[in-house]
Amino acid sequence: MSKLLEVKDLSIAFDTYGGEVQAVRGVTFDLDEKETLAIVGESGSGKSVTAQSLMRLVPMPPGKFAGGSIVFNEEDLVEKSDKQMEGIRGKDISMIFQDPMTSLNPTMPIGKQISEGLIKHQNMSKKAAHNRGIELLKLVGIPNPERRIDQYPHEYSGGMRQRAMIAIALACNPKILIADEPTTALDVTIQAQILDLMRDVQEETGTAIILITHDLGVVANAANRVAVMYGGKIVETGNVNEIFYNPKHPYTWGLLSSMPKIDGDDEELLAIPGSPPDLADPPKGCPFAARCPYAMKVCENHMPEYTHLSETQQTACWLLDERAPDVEAPESAMVGGTKVHE
Amino acid sequence: MALPQLKDSDFEPLQINDEEAEKIAGESTSYWKDAWRRFRKNKLALFGIVMIVLLGIMSFIGGPISGHNYFDNDLLNANKSPSGEHWFGTDNLGRDIFARTWYGAKISLFIGLMAALIDLVIGIIWGSIAGYFGGKVDEYMMRVADVLYGVPYLLVVILLMVILPQGLWTLIIAMTITGWINMARIVRGQVMQLRSEEYVMASRSLGASNTRLLFKHLVPNTMGPILVTLTLTIPNAIFTEAFLSFLGLGVPAPLASWGTMSSDALQSLQYYPFQLFFPAFFICLTMLAFNVIGDGMRDALDPKERK
Amino acid sequence: MAKYLLKRLAYIIVSLFFIITITFFLMQAAPGGPFASEKKLTPALEEQMNEAYGLNDPLYEQYFNYLVNAFTFDFGPSFKYVGQDVIEIITRSFPYSLILGIESILIALSIGVLLGVIAAVKHNKFGDYTAMVIAVLGISVPSFIMATVLQYIFAIKLGALPVARFESFAHTILPAIALATTPLAFIARLMRSSMLDVLNSDYIKTAKSKGLGQRVVTYKHGLRNAILPVVSYLGPLVVSILTGSFIIESIFGIPGLGSEFVVSVTNRDYTVIMGTTVFFSVLLLVSILLVDLLYGLVDPRIKVAGKGGK
Repeated sequence: MSKLLEVKDLSIAFDTYGGEVQAVRGVTFDLDEKETLAIVGESGSGKSVTAQSLMRLVPMPPGKFAGGSIVFNEEDLVEKSDKQMEGIRGKDISMIFQDPMTSLNPTMPIGKQISEGLIKHQNMSKKAAHNRGIELLKLVGIPNPERRIDQYPHEYSGGMRQRAMIAIALACNPKILIADEPTTALDVTIQAQILDLMRDVQEETGTAIILITHDLGVVANAANRVAVMYGGKIVETGNVNEIFYNPKHPYTWGLLSSMPKIDGDDEELLAIPGSPPDLADPPKGCPFAARCPYAMKVCENHMPEYTHLSETQQTACWLLDERAPDVEAPESAMVGGTKVHE
Repeated sequence: MALPQLKDSDFEPLQINDEEAEKIAGESTSYWKDAWRRFRKNKLALFGIVMIVLLGIMSFIGGPISGHNYFDNDLLNANKSPSGEHWFGTDNLGRDIFARTWYGAKISLFIGLMAALIDLVIGIIWGSIAGYFGGKVDEYMMRVADVLYGVPYLLVVILLMVILPQGLWTLIIAMTITGWINMARIVRGQVMQLRSEEYVMASRSLGASNTRLLFKHLVPNTMGPILVTLTLTIPNAIFTEAFLSFLGLGVPAPLASWGTMSSDALQSLQYYPFQLFFPAFFICLTMLAFNVIGDGMRDALDPKERK
Repeated sequence: MAKYLLKRLAYIIVSLFFIITITFFLMQAAPGGPFASEKKLTPALEEQMNEAYGLNDPLYEQYFNYLVNAFTFDFGPSFKYVGQDVIEIITRSFPYSLILGIESILIALSIGVLLGVIAAVKHNKFGDYTAMVIAVLGISVPSFIMATVLQYIFAIKLGALPVARFESFAHTILPAIALATTPLAFIARLMRSSMLDVLNSDYIKTAKSKGLGQRVVTYKHGLRNAILPVVSYLGPLVVSILTGSFIIESIFGIPGLGSEFVVSVTNRDYTVIMGTTVFFSVLLLVSILLVDLLYGLVDPRIKVAGKGGK
């Protein structure tokens, strides 16, 4: 089965006052049709830049591609001109953003914001686009769409705005929907609704989703596969079961440990001590070495290669080298409190 | 796989220093140090400062080094073009324009600085009282300011200049009588905003007294926009003075300001354009200098604007 | 909406009342009677004139009469031009100022917005620096210097345009440009920073993610939002044009209300000073009201606030 999207060795850097910041350093992943891939990491891990670069939305300059390729439909998006990209954005790949309060144009009615893409990509008439807009609003669960479509964003609540954002993104039946922290700015109850909506929509339209998040709880609910990013690199990928039940990277352990658990009544949430590396001066070796409780001398100076643990799971960690001491995942990193044995 | 050559010893555990791990990358700098660093990078603003310093020095030594003073008439040498004797030429009464220009600099800078200073004092008192106490006090104080603000500034100044006896201080008073309102609004806005901010709450909950709060937290944090407004008040005052002088409402003779000099030169613009050129040039230069300093300070002092 | 308008109108009337009162008493406080400078007057004649102009009435009566008359736009006769009413002077001269003012507002707005947008779109590039150099110069060069320089170069030296007076469109070009310079520079800077903010905003990213072209994103999504601060600057813009007209009209010998005001100031023609001041104030208050209404049209969020405030 051919891949819908293949990202290979993608590197993105920013020129700043303090020198060049290497936000994304050789990221490789792919996306199948109709699947949901979650990219997980804390702020500054490069996940949002990666997502935005797929649509070439990273402002350049100061940003620039420092290598790699993004192959979609057998064509490298890195090589495309801006004009060519306009034909892909919104039509083949579309995106929803973190904060629904600021990501809709305040001076334009919702309907017009939906129909813009339709008129551009599908040559629809204004009337047809308006009707399709009503359908889309109905699809994303906005009551009274005939009336709502002519309203402005400030007349919508936060959750409804995010629904409207999804309607905008889905307008032209894109093959890939990139959701950049789509639930972070919302109330917990609304978060679940939005995630459900995205899943329903995926079933209905068959679009593949790249979900960017820092919240493993969201991942468990929504994704098929997970890529864990740290310091501009993907440190571990696998399907949801592998990441949750058989994680091999100490950073993934840390993420899992810091997640609240349903049965862990009075258990303390474990923070990962320290802060992410300064990507203006990235570490030579593993980016997590400075915060890793199992770090070895080798970690400081050499970046580990990926170890293929299964068809789907790859982990970049020196602990998997045969010369390294055997280390077990800590108790706290076990989902549901029980270790799942292979 | 081409693994690097590694020794077994490389796989020994690494001692991590917890403190090291918690240290935040990048040097932390204080607000003012940071602002100064950014300001220094702004070549235009530095140019502005150099210009103002030069103008300030020249306003004191310009007259003496020319060998002339600003009020001696010499009708035999009236309307002379710039020469070795009169570097900027002479005006219609034969007065040395070079000496008058620097004397005018003194007057213009003095008016600008005084107006800004008075605005600052009244504005800070009015604005910080209104902003700090809020509620009814604030409402009444700001209502007064609103009414005054509604009347065009220059119109008020002109009306005042009409009824008050002419003089340097009259001019300054006329300019500041509604000029402080802008400053008061800025100060109030700052204080209001800061009053509700979390770190004030934090330091209050830690038991900081009101005075300490005011001087340790509120004042330093409101300084940025106030300094910027102050800097931009100066060119505004200089402009107003020149404007009034142009209307014949400026400083009375024999005092010379750039405004009166330009106004005088206007009558004979067709024949002696140089008489207008010098005062006009220095008005523009001074306003430019203060404007670029103000802009530079705004960029440097407003952390939200950091790029 | 109607209630909002009524409230605003009431506010305007109150403000006007204050302005009239203040100007009346300021002028009363002015040194010397209105005929003091005319030395030819015999005391008997002066007495006669005082009587004729109602200056012998008690102050409160004068004030009350003035107040009542002012609301009917009757500001009494000019003290200096015998046989002319203040309102005649205003109606005669104001059309000149109006034409000039509208011309310079159009210049300031169109070029200011254009420069600001160019600067923002070409952020940190040559276009940005050029536009901002023009803007900072525009702010630093006072209008009266701009006016004399323009007059000297284009009218006196090159002879390309008329030096002064107001007879044809060509006569208005130089004064309109001179009047527009400072507000133009202000608008350019305002527009630039607001456009930069908008271009960095999330909804611009959304618009781009829909595949819209750079032009559509900048102008359809960016401009309407970025222009809001410029709309709120329209009030101060009118003030700036109005006070600027005092000098510019004098320099270019335009018989507008601005130069009439300046003449009345130098002549100490108190009724004209008061009349024009009140007229200017009405003009300003009304234009500020219009600007507020306009703002509601541009920003849909305001409209709702107005409805909600009923």
